[in-house]
Amino acid sequence: MAAESEVKADVARRRFLVDAARTACGVALLGLGLGLYARQARALPPAAIRPPGAGAEKDFLGACIRCGLCVRDCPYKILELAKPEEPVATGTPFFVARRLACEMCEDIPCVKACPTGALDQKLTDINNARMGLAVLVDHETCLNYLGLRCDVCYRVCPLIDKAITLEPQVNERTGRHTLFIPTVHSDKCTGCGKCERGCPLEVAAIKVFPVQMAKGELGRHYRLGWVEKEKAGKSLIEEQGIIELPKRMPEAPLPPDAPSSAPLGKPFVPHALQGDRL
Amino acid sequence: MSRMPGTDAAAARGWLAAHKWLLARRVSQLGILTLFLLGPWVGLWIVKGNLNFSYTLNFLPLTDPYVLLQSLAAQRIPATRALTGAGIVLAFYLLVSGRVYCSWVCPLNMVTDAAAWLRTRLGIKGGAQISRRARYWILAMTLVLAGVTGTIAWELVNPVSMLHRGLIFGVGAAWAVVLAVFLLDLFVMKNGWCGHLCPVGAFYGLLGHVSPLRVSAVQRSQCNDCMDCFEVCPEPQVIRPALKAVGGASPVILAANCTNCGRCIDVCSKQVFAFGLGRGERQKPAPEVVAGVVPAGKS
Repeated sequence: MAAESEVKADVARRRFLVDAARTACGVALLGLGLGLYARQARALPPAAIRPPGAGAEKDFLGACIRCGLCVRDCPYKILELAKPEEPVATGTPFFVARRLACEMCEDIPCVKACPTGALDQKLTDINNARMGLAVLVDHETCLNYLGLRCDVCYRVCPLIDKAITLEPQVNERTGRHTLFIPTVHSDKCTGCGKCERGCPLEVAAIKVFPVQMAKGELGRHYRLGWVEKEKAGKSLIEEQGIIELPKRMPEAPLPPDAPSSAPLGKPFVPHALQGDRL
Repeated sequence: MSRMPGTDAAAARGWLAAHKWLLARRVSQLGILTLFLLGPWVGLWIVKGNLNFSYTLNFLPLTDPYVLLQSLAAQRIPATRALTGAGIVLAFYLLVSGRVYCSWVCPLNMVTDAAAWLRTRLGIKGGAQISRRARYWILAMTLVLAGVTGTIAWELVNPVSMLHRGLIFGVGAAWAVVLAVFLLDLFVMKNGWCGHLCPVGAFYGLLGHVSPLRVSAVQRSQCNDCMDCFEVCPEPQVIRPALKAVGGASPVILAANCTNCGRCIDVCSKQVFAFGLGRGERQKPAPEVVAGVVPAGKS
């Protein structure tokens, strides 16, 4: 009898273990799939812009609980919550500048509405928002580059003459006109998207991109001579005079009768720079 | 067509009495949904937000503690308003039993109830066998995933919040996910979503261990073994210990997974069940019946 109950217990234990293993495996597979999907979902498409104060995308997706209060408190109905089929993490708020741009309310109601701090409550001046960074991407279609005085992006910019300035340049095509090149300054641009929305082209030549996509970064060892000069109050290299650099030549076997230095009369210009205005 | 549970009760006590709690639940579910919809539909902003977080009359914050827990697992410390809201909700469900959320609030419950009703009506039997404990594994998985990815990953696919948010902010493709849950419950397994898989329900179930508000089989001696309560209950394993006094259990249904939906009260022609306060006399502690095990002949 004891043996029989032992067998029964054995069978029960076996069944329990097998069931547990089966469930665990199934759930682990589900988790793996969801995890991979979550990794994909962390990549925000460039056209989608987060509300002010959202910070880095990964941080935002951990803090935003998808309640939509920012959407509700946006007085201009610019924000929307991502639907499952959209390429933005389901239920999170975003806007598309080409459709509707942020109006940069002074009291920032969307940030105030956020219950979790996913939109940073420390953002109290909308001019400090960094929703993205405008970039004049297409120089070939921008009307100002073509020599017209479109200026729309410059005119609609809430920080006109700060975030976007017009920089005069010689119009070399006509030889007697000036191009007014819209130029974005990353230290001022909030990424509101007014310029992208306002661009009169079929497809905007100026677009708001996520900051890390739009900005380059100098190597840390780079020093800007003019900045250093200003800091020091004098040129740092003047007393050194012009430094004599060694002449560098391509390493080709020289004909035996050739002179040991470069041929006179024609200075060497690297191929990559030929044709460039230096 | 199969005989529907509750037919006897309707004959004995009248249709209305045999559907009292069901109707009350529908009023509650639709009422809450209406409160959320009044804003976007007619501009009456009593409640803003959705079930993840809502703000009532710009005064009362209510946060889904489960979604906030995932946020914590993703190493984010939420602001005070969200934490306050979660505290209020936790206190409420500790009092009334966590899975009251499932049967009285969750909008997906109407979908899965419809599937269960149709399943019985069409006499569809059998299907996939998944442990009712799977939901706890999934619950753990969602928390681990939040920690690993640093994002609230489950919200990407959560049908519950997808449906509720969809109804309020625009459905999009969420209807397909809801349809998938309906079809799962209809063809693949009985009470598949709410009873086996949903981690939201699993989380709220964990809040059901201490609440005093419970269904009790007060008149269990009257039971005529018609099995209607087992047939209609979304968590039938919770009934047996209380109804059949397994191991000297008290008549109070103590299992945390009882959703307090009250359908067993409705469908019983002998009025065996009733809502009550208190957790019954501690005879022998009622052992929780192993998930999925229900009386022979029933699935």
